[in-house]
Amino acid sequence: MSDAPGRAGIRGWARDLVLGVRFAVTGGRRGWTRTALTSFGVGLGVALLLVAAAIPHAVENREGRKGDRTVNTANSEKLSAGSFLFAQANTSFRGDMITGTVFRPTGNGRTDLPPGLAALPGPGEMAVSPALADLLASSDGALLKERLPYRVTAGIGEHGLAGPGELLYYAGSGTLTRASADGEADGFGQYAAGNPIAGVLLLIVVIAFVALLLPVAVFIGTAVRFGGDQRDRRLAALRLVGTDRAMTSRIAAGEALCGALLGLVVGAGLFVLARRFAGEVILWDVTVYPFDLVPSPMLSLLILIAVPVAAIAVSLFAMRGVSVEPLGLVRNSAPHPRKLWWRLLLPLVGFVLLLTAATATTLVGSETIQIALGATLMLVGVTALLPWLVETVVARLDGGPVAWQLAVRRLQLTSGTASRAVSGIVVAAAGAIALQMLFGSVQGDYTFTTGVDTSRAQLQMKTDTRDGSAASELVTSYQRTTGVDRAIGLTEGLIERPGPKRGEEKGHPFSRITVADCPSLRMLVKLSSCKDGDAFIVDEPAHLRTFAYVPRPGEQVKLVRTDETGKPGANAAVWRLPATAREVKSIVSPVGEMTAGVLVTPSAIDAAQLPRPMARIMVKLDPGVKDAAEHVRNTAARLDPLTSVTSLESTETDKQFASIRSGLFAGAAATMALIAASLLVSTLEQLHERKRLLSILVAFGTRRSTLSWSVLWQTAIPIALGLALAVVGGVGLGLTLLMMTGTAVADWWVFLPITGVGAALILLVTLISMPPLWRLMRPDGLRSE
Amino acid sequence: MSIGHTLLGLLESGPRHGYDLKRAFDEKFGHDRPVHYGQIYSTMSRLLKNGLVEVDGVESGSGPERKRYAITKAGITDVGQWLAQPEKPDPYLQSTLYTKVVLALLTGRSAVELLDTQRSEHLRMMRILTDRKRQGDIADQLICDHALFHLEADLRWLELTAARLDRLAQEVSA
Amino acid sequence: MSTQDTTLTGSLLSAHELRKSFGPTPALDGASFSIRPGEVVAIMGPSGSGKSTLLHCLAGIVPPDSGTITYSGRHLTALSDAERSALRRNDFGFVFQFGQLVPELSCVENVALPLRLAGIKRKDAHRAAQKWLERLEVSDVGHKRPGEVSGGQGQRVAVARALVGSPRVVFADEPTGALDSYNGERVMQLLTDAARESQAAVVLVTHEARVAAYSDREIVVRDGQVRDAAVAV
Repeated sequence: MSDAPGRAGIRGWARDLVLGVRFAVTGGRRGWTRTALTSFGVGLGVALLLVAAAIPHAVENREGRKGDRTVNTANSEKLSAGSFLFAQANTSFRGDMITGTVFRPTGNGRTDLPPGLAALPGPGEMAVSPALADLLASSDGALLKERLPYRVTAGIGEHGLAGPGELLYYAGSGTLTRASADGEADGFGQYAAGNPIAGVLLLIVVIAFVALLLPVAVFIGTAVRFGGDQRDRRLAALRLVGTDRAMTSRIAAGEALCGALLGLVVGAGLFVLARRFAGEVILWDVTVYPFDLVPSPMLSLLILIAVPVAAIAVSLFAMRGVSVEPLGLVRNSAPHPRKLWWRLLLPLVGFVLLLTAATATTLVGSETIQIALGATLMLVGVTALLPWLVETVVARLDGGPVAWQLAVRRLQLTSGTASRAVSGIVVAAAGAIALQMLFGSVQGDYTFTTGVDTSRAQLQMKTDTRDGSAASELVTSYQRTTGVDRAIGLTEGLIERPGPKRGEEKGHPFSRITVADCPSLRMLVKLSSCKDGDAFIVDEPAHLRTFAYVPRPGEQVKLVRTDETGKPGANAAVWRLPATAREVKSIVSPVGEMTAGVLVTPSAIDAAQLPRPMARIMVKLDPGVKDAAEHVRNTAARLDPLTSVTSLESTETDKQFASIRSGLFAGAAATMALIAASLLVSTLEQLHERKRLLSILVAFGTRRSTLSWSVLWQTAIPIALGLALAVVGGVGLGLTLLMMTGTAVADWWVFLPITGVGAALILLVTLISMPPLWRLMRPDGLRSE
Repeated sequence: MSIGHTLLGLLESGPRHGYDLKRAFDEKFGHDRPVHYGQIYSTMSRLLKNGLVEVDGVESGSGPERKRYAITKAGITDVGQWLAQPEKPDPYLQSTLYTKVVLALLTGRSAVELLDTQRSEHLRMMRILTDRKRQGDIADQLICDHALFHLEADLRWLELTAARLDRLAQEVSA
Repeated sequence: MSTQDTTLTGSLLSAHELRKSFGPTPALDGASFSIRPGEVVAIMGPSGSGKSTLLHCLAGIVPPDSGTITYSGRHLTALSDAERSALRRNDFGFVFQFGQLVPELSCVENVALPLRLAGIKRKDAHRAAQKWLERLEVSDVGHKRPGEVSGGQGQRVAVARALVGSPRVVFADEPTGALDSYNGERVMQLLTDAARESQAAVVLVTHEARVAAYSDREIVVRDGQVRDAAVAV
């Protein structure tokens, strides 16, 4: 404080910073290596941050283009001359979603066009996205072509597609009618208030960002400190020739600044390089155009400022515990045991923040900050617990073989260094575990708890039919399709109580009528006996009634149209429920539903009397036939291109979730590998420092294996503790998130793969440090005189 | 070493007989060579004459005369002056070893061998002194260390000379 | 103790015509050496004369390019790396000038290290180590780390470690090089006393005559060669 150079002013600051930068780039081969390592490490982190900063923009652009091509139904009341009928004809092929729209112009004017299209395809023609064109042209395309019986006449341009991998087609139809179409419109572009991500998805996105970016921050912090000991020695030498403490700190800051600035350059370069290959990457069925990946200017500016500032802060913070004296490093004050209370407080506060945020189903954007903060605090808290845990556990370790003792004693002396290196792994692993738990449960929610029994049926087709007699023809068609083991057909219509409304009723009470043969009915209800001509009424407890109307046997009911539910049918036929109708109990259907209403066998009703009923066909596939589901879809498309086909198998959602889970796993593993790399660097640095000691240990007969084991333990103990903490913290955060989503834990063992990666990294770091260790164990180290 | 001053110093703690003086001298400073009684006698006579000691009493009896000497005030002053005055450092400019090395070089004999032999001899002496130091008391250790340091100085000179023999040979023969 | 060589020449460890080069510069150029059980031999010579290399060769740390080394009737040069390591562990002890104590182990653990490497139980090893620390007058530093003790104490700990395994040869490379003369001599005295008592031979590399004076005999290495008539023994 009192010495003049300490208060150097701006010029002094600049001079010392520049001096530091010079040391960073000219410090000989080792100094240079250190700077290169730091800037590459920081660069990797910066590139990841830039990708994250580009995501909002990319999502916005994708959603914008999707909105632009949505049929605008806003002014369907007074259509212009360019009006058209449209119908969604989405399908899926081997688990990949194909979005399709079928058009039929109705006006006589020029129709508006969806973006990316030069003209609406004429009848029997279609325009396809490049990815779909590739798929159709591939050897697998033949099967798909059957379902899309249109000539490909055009391609869809980039600005009409969400991403390069999107499978999209527009087809022209000559047969679409107002009745079969989804609607009529005259333009595209619907800017509905948007569909902001909400609920569980928002939760997942926020947590994913926090879980993946925190380790990046930790990694940048670690990278800035690469070669710290060597730098400290150089600074000590500078102290000897007369720099004071403040100058020394500024020079150190300059060195860190240099690494960070170079890191920004490297990061920008890596980002540009990665952007080029962005089109090739598929994540959760989503592909992104390189031109969509533009980091938001504000976030980029933030990165540009935050990274160098953080680098300087970290390097100065790291020097807090040591003072660089002319004759070397002096550790200030005897290290006092780390305190536990504030480390526990962090995750607790995070926990409370998360719990008070909301239940995830009602989650909205404004609460994201609270959730992000809560998750960050929990993860940071877990990381903050690590130094305490390592110190406390290591201090209690004792005994064991020599290798173990060497490692333990080393850790006791420098537990801080060890936990710092591992903290990134803890954050990455804990975040990944929490997310995996969340995914596991949400996925389970979507696929398993619905009660779908995929052993009884895998596909369900719903299609409007002319009348009840059409349904049985459909069943036959499906039954003949390749790969179909068995098809069950149900014809569903509505029945209404005849006569005027009573009292407070808003409409006529109604119920459902299902016509099917006995074997099919047995899939829906428990039947002691069944023969053609029988009728049944599903018996439901009064408080769980699906329909308000429960006709009695022998009663007359009106048969009404399905698409006019609630409205009194004008010329509805009347049918009398047989007096022999029996009450039966519903069972879980193959599609996981309970059945309600009236069930009738074909002879008990003239199915042709049902007005526009819906045919529902459940198909059990032959597991031995490849692409059986695709053949069924082809049949459905042939019978009616607008048939809704639902896959009861969990494969589709599984595929989506699997890709996101594997993406997450890969992300976490890559982050951990990144941190393992920094761990390796510090291990090698430490080995180099101990060259002479290693030689001496060899001189008095220490086995190589002893020293190798010691290196292994030295890496393994902190990582093992870190992973244990990550499992506890990750499962804790995961449970908290599950409390928010109100779902149950699907799989308690999701942390195993991540911990497996951790264990593999321990081995890898140890293995890679073996050759240098063995080289250092040569007696050359003794010849220091 | 001035025997006179040493004896005066020994008397400062109290009067002694001449025989006691010899015993005390031998014990503390004599080491390998005991002082002759004659030398004590002649020195004491001189000190008496100069008024630095006086005879405290005579013990008569059979055998030699046994005088008891005591130090005078002048004697105490004299001891103080002697202790206060620094010893003149020995410049060590006359060296038999150097002469031997030059002569060996001049006469074409092996100077290296001469130096090696001398080193052996020095080390032999140092070993004896070291051994004695290990078994002796603090006085022995101090006196041996004094000798060892001197011998070590010689040995260093020998090493240095050995390393520079070639240049010396050139100059000597030039 | 093996018989032939020792009884034949009376030597425990001997080397004949050792040559060793590091790159183009020869460090040893035909050096011979011999030491008897319990003998203390000083290897002297100016810096860079090859005295440390001679010690490294004799101890089986560095294999010579040519020449033979015989220890207790066994040809050291014919042994594998693992066998030489085992020999160093079981039969030899080492003291270096500095930086030899493992900084994170306490002093008593450092002393116990050779015993533990040889497979002796921790408790027993520590008991023996403590005994040696007492003998070297540093019993009070046992629980401290090397960084917390003075140079003289550290070197005594190192001597204790060299002697703890009852070695038959102790190799000391400038063991007092980093100490002042008082501490240096005290360490030498403790080292040679303890070695004599346990009948261990000491190979002592030093350039200081006063340190060499603690030996029974000295040899001088100059330019990689031993210049001493005593070698003929």
